Amino acid sequence: MNDDAVFRALADASRRELLDRLHQTNGQTLGDLCQGLDMTRQAVAKHLAILEDANLVSTRRQGREKLHFINPVPINQIAERWIGKFEQPRLGALSKLKKTLEGKDDG
Amino acid sequence: MAKSESSTFVYVTYIRTTPQKLWSALTDPEQMRDYWFDMRCESDWKPGSSWRLLFEDGRVADSGEILEADPPRLLAIKWRNHFKPELAEEGYSVCTMELEPVEDAVKLTVTHSIDRKDSKLIHAVSGGWPSVLSNLKSLLETGKIAYKRSKPAAAA
Repeated sequence: MNDDAVFRALADASRRELLDRLHQTNGQTLGDLCQGLDMTRQAVAKHLAILEDANLVSTRRQGREKLHFINPVPINQIAERWIGKFEQPRLGALSKLKKTLEGKDDG
Repeated sequence: MAKSESSTFVYVTYIRTTPQKLWSALTDPEQMRDYWFDMRCESDWKPGSSWRLLFEDGRVADSGEILEADPPRLLAIKWRNHFKPELAEEGYSVCTMELEPVEDAVKLTVTHSIDRKDSKLIHAVSGGWPSVLSNLKSLLETGKIAYKRSKPAAAA
């Protein structure tokens, strides 16, 4: 896996938003993904290409449509390599504490 | 198949091996046991033949038939869960494995889908495939598996 490509792909709020949207509904067309976004179709297509190059997104043809799917592999590898190694249990406890104190899920 | 009426899990991983070795690992029951948490697989991998995945104690976890087998490029399995009623009632899904040589590795794409929205089966296999496939990659690249015990894909 090319770590640099994955980190570069993730270092952009629009691309992270696209991943969030695919996480919510997997298998969307470019048109689906453009809906409600303040970006041109070309910009979204470019972001998707970067995500695909980093292997974070995989595309499949279904009839005339090209659908985009999340590929969980690179993020999982980053989690194992860069988070698991650095004491995930403690981070988990802190994150839980923060959520409890702040009373919300996405702190 | 409209996307709104189906659920799909896609997993793409690059494994440093040859298509032939990967194909063998995907179809040889002895090798499968090593990375698939002692699950036993029964099939002769010919299109139309039956396919079964069994627990160590002989209970059937999943069953179906081989839809396509084009070694070492493509394997498609018609797949139904057996041991969890809420998954079994969803009926047949299709799991395809595509192998494509890329430089000194093989790109393995596993796609598991079913013609139903918000499928519990696809949700379950989405949790199981990563540990099985991560084990498979480790086994082929290093000779050792990553996880000794976890839920099998089918049981996730």
